[in-house]
Formats: sequence, structure tokens, C-alpha cells
Amino acid sequence: MAIIEAHDLRKTYHSRSGDVHALAGLSLTVPEGTVKGLLGPNGAGKTTTVKVLNTLLRPDSGTATVAGVDVLHDPEGVRRVIGASGQYAAVDEHLTGRENLEMVGRLYHLGGSRSRERAKELLEQFDLTGAGDRPVKGFSGGMRRRIDLACALVNNPQILFLDEPTTGLDPRSRLGLWDVIKDLVAQGTTVLLTTQYLEEADYLADDISVIDHGTVIAEGTADELKAQVGGHRVVVTLVDSADADAARAVLERHGTDDVQQDTGGRTLSVPVTEGPGALQHVLADLASADVRLHDAGMRRPTLDDVFLRLTGREQADDTASELEESA
Amino acid sequence: MSTDTAPPRSTEAAGSPGPVPVSPLSLWAGDVATVTWRNLIKFRRNPEILLFAVLQPIMFVLLFSQVYGGSIQIEGGNYTDYLMAGIFGQTVLFGSTFSGYQMAQDLKEGMIDRFRTLPMHDSAVLFGRTNADLVLNGVSVVIMMISGAVVGWRFHEGWLSFLAGVGILLLFSYAFSWVMALLGIIVRTPEVINNASFMILFPLTFISNAFVQTDNLPRALEVFANWNPISALVQAVRELFGNTGAAPTPDTFPMQNPILTTVAMSLLMLAVFVPLAVNRFRQASSR
Ligand SMILES: Nc1ncnc2c1ncn2[C@@H]1O[C@H](COP(=O)(O)OP(=O)(O)OP(=O)(O)O)[C@@H](O)[C@H]1O
Ligand SMILES: [Mg+2]
Repeated sequence: MAIIEAHDLRKTYHSRSGDVHALAGLSLTVPEGTVKGLLGPNGAGKTTTVKVLNTLLRPDSGTATVAGVDVLHDPEGVRRVIGASGQYAAVDEHLTGRENLEMVGRLYHLGGSRSRERAKELLEQFDLTGAGDRPVKGFSGGMRRRIDLACALVNNPQILFLDEPTTGLDPRSRLGLWDVIKDLVAQGTTVLLTTQYLEEADYLADDISVIDHGTVIAEGTADELKAQVGGHRVVVTLVDSADADAARAVLERHGTDDVQQDTGGRTLSVPVTEGPGALQHVLADLASADVRLHDAGMRRPTLDDVFLRLTGREQADDTASELEESA
Repeated sequence: MSTDTAPPRSTEAAGSPGPVPVSPLSLWAGDVATVTWRNLIKFRRNPEILLFAVLQPIMFVLLFSQVYGGSIQIEGGNYTDYLMAGIFGQTVLFGSTFSGYQMAQDLKEGMIDRFRTLPMHDSAVLFGRTNADLVLNGVSVVIMMISGAVVGWRFHEGWLSFLAGVGILLLFSYAFSWVMALLGIIVRTPEVINNASFMILFPLTFISNAFVQTDNLPRALEVFANWNPISALVQAVRELFGNTGAAPTPDTFPMQNPILTTVAMSLLMLAVFVPLAVNRFRQASSR
């Protein structure tokens, strides 16, 4: 059974400049022990979705259960089994990192000594032992983010909600956090996370839901979503742009769609059905046509392609960036 | 970040509050204590909060007792003695506005979002707020009493009556904290709370018996002052401290029965505003 289930959630914000349909019939299921990634452009409704599920926000209509508990009827029951870290760090500036963690432990009713113990463990786990006894006011953005995440883990939650957990973290902290999340998942924690980093969703999420305008517009594993956008492309970069016409003819013969050429004219690409085989044929044909190559390869669509294609924020002829990556 | 220290999840931590069944009431009291502790830490780390709470009343003490003192006459008494009850009233009244300011601040900074994802009782956030502000008000009153003593203020009705006066001040301040807390939840902008409460409370304390006998005021204002709840509070404290001199007691119910009026008014504020604030807090934080 799915451990998180949301059905037809709707939420409209009334503001002076008009109504905003933040959620317009959004449904979601997350199986136990998996990581679900929510992707979507700014304002898509990711934060609103998370807030409904972690009991911060009541939807106008729709139903949701977390660990079998109804979010609307028994929010306290939900709060006992979840940990949540919002898009903006919610920690007390005037308390030290350790005091923040202890406070959260006490409010989970762990008791004084267990709360102190847990605070110590988490400070170590998040590399904050040195700074742990300074007021959070003096923390850097990344340290604040980490103490906020640590607060979400105090009760060893069964289900974890993370809204853009790695925004603002340096690469080392980001990788560290990815490890922490992988570890929790290995122990059976279910995670729902939103992110702006597609490689993060690719690395962490078992399943991804792409959200736009308050509804899920695509769902599946990263591979399934990529397949939806298209298979492999063969990409070649020529030594001499004078060979471009010859190369184009070869690519057209093996491709399934139009050949795209970058502005300099030296890099060409074409979608193909079966990547490795097509690449071999293209290389053989180019060799017999005496076309000299600077670089050649194939590339699979990235989640960026998926994102841009599905949310329509950019049209398909974003060849310049595509080809740069393969060059 | 090390990745190997996460302990295996125990059913205890994930599920029920603990191995021993604990009564809901003691869980609630624990939540209140935790939030109170959190708020008191802020006071300890930011002594300027206390400084600002007593700065204005201290300036008033100096202004009224030292600068204008000679020109204000109290029948059969000494003006400094008369003045201090007004100063104490002013101190706790403005001190309580901090509850509103800080509720708005917490809502704004997202701290409330953290509390709201924890399995704690919603009302503990508010009780923790008003409790901490009661402590702040208590400390402010002590500082003001020391300041008063320095310029010659004394109480004259014995310790029991003195303690009753302090008790009434604190009861009123606690009840008024709840009114301000509700405003903080509704308004949500700390600066607005500060400016608005200043603009409303400042005239209220001036059109009262806090600094002068009300029969010195213009007729219309005198009527208002004799019904002003702040006058009742000040009169109650003034009587309990034996600081009224021989000034005649105005002929209105609150002024004739100031202790009864103040206690009843405080209990009424609590009865109305505690449930109102708790209810409003539940909705406000789930926007
Ligand atoms: N309190 C609010 N009042 C009015 N409108 C709101 C409020 N909160 C969110 N919205 C609107 O609802 C929509 C969805 O917002 P939401 O925060 O869920 O987006 P998001 O996907 O998390 O975006 P981002 O990637 O920028 O964090 C946006 O159009 C936003 O402007
Ligand atoms: Mg968001």
C-alpha cells in the first residue's frame, strides 16, 4: 500500500491581484520505502503540495493520507511519524544549534536526556559539532539549512518531507546530504522531496512527478520520463565545417528525425532509435566519406530535456545547449 | 557529513511518546515549559529587550518626579508616591505588547511552521509566549520599584498588601498579553503591532489617573478617565501600596471598587482571549 496518498487536492489563494490556483486537482502516491521527487518550475505548486501533506496547510478540497492517517482529520497523528524541512529554514535564531535540536526533541516528547543525546548525534552527523553551541544567528546559509534538516530527523521519522533540501548548499555538503538521505532510505524511510536540481532527482528519486500549474503533468522513473522525450541522439563534431553537408547526409540516413546543426556549423546531431548501433554505422559511413571528426558520441536526454519539454518553458530547438554538452 | 551514525529507528521514537504512558496534561505542561524556556533564552541573550521595556518608564519617573514634580500637587500626599503606581501600570501595559510583537515575528520568520509540524499542542506556543512575557514583566516591575525607591517612593500598607498589589499588576499584564498575542496573530507584522499599540495605549495612559489626579483634567476627559480600565488598575495598586494620599476617590464604580474591577476585568480578558487566540492561532498558521 502507498504510504503517502493524495487525491484531487485543490487549493486556491485569494490575493489582491486575483485568484491563484496553487493546486488544481493534484493526485500523488508514494510507495513505502521509496523516494519521490517533485519537479516543476517556480510557482508550480510543489511547496503547497508538501505543506498540505505535512499538515501545515488545509486544502480547499481533496483527501490525503500519510502512513494511513488522514491528514485533515488527524494532523497530530501524522505529525508523530513525519519529519519536515521547509523551503526556508525554520530554526530559532537566538538558540544555539544544539538548543534548537533539544527543543525539537522535547516537543516530540523524547524526554530531556534522550533529546540531549539525539542533539549530539545529529550535530555530529551534520558536521556541526564545532558550531553547535553558537546561536544560529551567526550561522551561514548552508549551516542553517543543515541544522534545519537535522531538526527534521530528530524523531527518526518514518516519512520525511524535504522542500528543496540542498538549495544553497556547497557541492560537498550537497553530496553529504545525498548520502544521508540514501542512508535513511536504506533503513526504510520514505522521502518526498522537491528540488530545482534535476541531477538530484535523477540520483535520489525512485519516482518523479513533474508538476505544473498545480497538477501532475508527467510521472515515472527518471528513465521512463527520458524515454518519453526521446531516445538517444548521435552527436558529431567536425574538424572542418566544409564537411558539414557530407556529414548531414550521413546523419539523415541513420536518424529518425531532422538533423540539428549548431550555429558554428561544426556540430550536428540527430535522434536515433538504437543508440550504439546507429553510432557505429554513422562512424563507418563518415569514415568512408572521408569526413574528419573532432569528437563523436551519443547522448541520452537529460532530465533537463524532460523538464523543459514537458513544462513548455522552452521549445524543442534548444540545440545549442544540447550540443555543447556533447562536444 | 558522516553517514554512518543514524541509529536504527526504534518504534518508540517513531510512534508513541514513550514507553511509560504519560497523561495528556503532563505532556501539555511539558510543551508549555519547553516553549517558555525557548522564549526566556531569547531574553537572556538579548538584554536590550529588557532595557527597552524599562527605558520609557524610567524616563517618565525622572520627568514627572524630578522635572514636573514640584508643580504637580497631590492632596495630602507626596507626588512621587502617587506617581509610581501609574508608572508600574504603564510598565506592564507596554511590556505586554511584546507578546503581540513576538507572535507576529515568529509567524513571519517561519518558526511557527516548525512548531506546527511537531506533535505538540498548538496552545503551548501561546502559553509559552505569555508565560515568558510574564517573567519579563515581573523583572521590569522589580527594576521600576528599585528606580522608584531611589527617588523616594515607599509603600505604606505592609507586605501583604504590597504583594497583593504586585499580584494584581502581574495578573493584569498576563491577561493583557493574551489580547496582544491575538492581535499579533491577526496582524502578523511586528512593526505594525508596535506602532499601533503605542498610538492606542499612549493616550489611554495619559487620559487616566496614572500621572495626575483626574479632577485636574477637562470635564469630558475626566469622565473618560474615571471609567478607563487603566485608571482602575492604577487605583487598585495605588490603594494597596498606600500611595493615594488624601486625594478624593472619584465617584464611578471602577474607581470606588478598583481591586474588584481589575481582577474581574483580567479574568474576563482571560476567559475571552485565551480561547479566541488559541482558535485563531490554529487557523492563522495553516494559511
Ligand atoms: N500565501 C500565499 N498567498 C498567495 N499566493 C500564494 C501563497 N503561497 C503560494 N502562493 C502561490 O501559489 C502558487 C504555488 O506556490 P508554491 O509555493 O507551491 O510553488 P513552488 O512550486 O513551491 O515554487 P518554487 O519553486 O518557487 O518554490 C504560486 O503561484 C504562488 O504565487
Ligand atoms: Mg517552493
